Amino acid sequence: MGTISYILQKEFLQIRRNKMIIVMIILMPIIQLIILGNAADYEMKHINLHVIDRDLSTTSRTLVSKFRASSYFSIVNSSFDAEVADRDIRNDAADLIMEIPHGLERDLMRGEQAPISLRVNAINGVKGGLANAYTTQIIQDFNGEWLSDRYPGRAVVLPVGIAWSNWFNPGMNYATFMVPGILVLLITIVGVFLSGINIVREKEMGTIEQINVTPIKKSQFIVGKLFPFLVIALVELTLGLGIGRVIFGIHYVGNVGLIYLFSIVYLIAILGLGLLVSTITETQQQAMFIAWFILMVFILMSGLFTPIESMPRWAQIITDFNPVKYFVEVMRMVLLKGSGMSDISRHFGIMALFGLVTNTLAVWNYRKRV
Amino acid sequence: MREQNDYIVYVKDLTKVFGDFVAVDKINFRVEKGEIFGFLGANGAGKTTAIKMLTGLLAPTSGEAVVAGFDVRREPEKVKYNIGYMSQKFSLYDDLKVSENIRLYAGIYGLSRKEIKRKSKALLEELNMVALRDKLVGELPLGWKQKLAFAVAMIHEPAVVFLDEPTSGVDPITRRQFWEMIYKASVAGTTIFITTHYLDEAEYCTRVSIMVDGVIEALDTPKNLRLKYGADNMQEVFVLLARGEHTLQGKIKKEK
Repeated sequence: MGTISYILQKEFLQIRRNKMIIVMIILMPIIQLIILGNAADYEMKHINLHVIDRDLSTTSRTLVSKFRASSYFSIVNSSFDAEVADRDIRNDAADLIMEIPHGLERDLMRGEQAPISLRVNAINGVKGGLANAYTTQIIQDFNGEWLSDRYPGRAVVLPVGIAWSNWFNPGMNYATFMVPGILVLLITIVGVFLSGINIVREKEMGTIEQINVTPIKKSQFIVGKLFPFLVIALVELTLGLGIGRVIFGIHYVGNVGLIYLFSIVYLIAILGLGLLVSTITETQQQAMFIAWFILMVFILMSGLFTPIESMPRWAQIITDFNPVKYFVEVMRMVLLKGSGMSDISRHFGIMALFGLVTNTLAVWNYRKRV
Repeated sequence: MREQNDYIVYVKDLTKVFGDFVAVDKINFRVEKGEIFGFLGANGAGKTTAIKMLTGLLAPTSGEAVVAGFDVRREPEKVKYNIGYMSQKFSLYDDLKVSENIRLYAGIYGLSRKEIKRKSKALLEELNMVALRDKLVGELPLGWKQKLAFAVAMIHEPAVVFLDEPTSGVDPITRRQFWEMIYKASVAGTTIFITTHYLDEAEYCTRVSIMVDGVIEALDTPKNLRLKYGADNMQEVFVLLARGEHTLQGKIKKEK
């Protein structure tokens, strides 16, 4: 125990002397959370719409005005020519073409189906999908209203109606959704990068040589390396949770203590990974490169930016080995849904296993005999 | 016959093979308590590999080495407790203060808080570095750094201290001060195991071994070596041996 306290003292002193780290520790959560929290928004405003209204009836105008009134769409052009509309899409002036055929009102009056055509620019898949969804919703609204106008007094029965309600995020506030996830990235970056570079730095500077001839134990050295970054990451978490509460006004439903508990298990796993990286590399450059590669895969396959459910089966299997995924899930479950220990016990188990594997490998791989 | 434990360093047929390259080839020597043992050899002769085996950093391929009474193969951790080591490359922490470096290593070797305080004070006074105690080590000139590194290597009063080219790149005045420190330690009973490329320094050693291509070619007092090879100084002895011109084998090797 005595030896560890000297190692810890040394690590903390070195961190304190490293101005860059201190600045990053304070700035990173602020910049990442405030910018990303506001920027990462899946809601699409102002989808550019090109309207071809061949009917020019009261009904078609009502339909068009519904799109005009929606903040999701802006009507950038209207024509009677499909080619003009196609050109708009090609030039990126329009994302969506809505073509109302001649005879829409007449067909509706007769009680027949009146198909309208929609063409979406799907180069940006997310945007295309959203345009599709918003349009469907507006047209459904229109259908409902049209029926109730036409048959006043009669209860309107749509074959299948959709009533939206967003559980656990009532206002469908994206910050609420994103901030806990981004917080995970923050902690992960601190964990993998700082710990990953640390031992390698000692190798590069040559200082590890002096340490290696001392009778210090592998485990003592590793703990000395792990613990300071665990503390830093928990400070980050605290800062981040504070920013989420104060600046984004997120109401944390669940037990924040549970988040800290999970964070510690998660951090031990992820710090072990960072240490493993630093034991297999010789220079800080190599360590950075490998750490960055791992982080990219972890972050992009964490379900934070793209839903895991939409990935192919094999990719979903890969995500089962991604610790970031579990932490993002736990964050959202506990903070937004109020899940308790029993709901996330599986996550705890998997993370503990992950930590056991990474740390065992790191200690085993850190050869004191160079 | 004396027991192997009577020697501070006892090496028998010590060998290290990397792949098909024999870095150290069955070397044998013994170092007595309090000796200043010069471990010479050209670059690549296998000195550093040998030192790494003696300090428990590298496992020998075969052979035996007992350092400070402990077998390097079986008890490398006990060896580490009883030796000091100063690397070729400065390896204290540049971003820690002088006093912090001392405290760290004293702590790692298990000195008590009181001892650390007393030792630090004595050490700084001896090094004439009391005024520099709160300076970052990175800000010190190389000569001061090397003296500090030597003192830190000695902080736990080891039975033997290994110095790997401690004076390379150091100015002549500091070099002399350094040797004064070495003598003082030796007189106090610490065995010194030193490598150097400055052959005038070899003259200060009790005994000198010269390693060539993984083999110890010569081992004796500087005086005897000079006599044996008919040389005026150690420089001549070294050049003669390191070039391999004294043996037929060496000549053949050279012609290849």
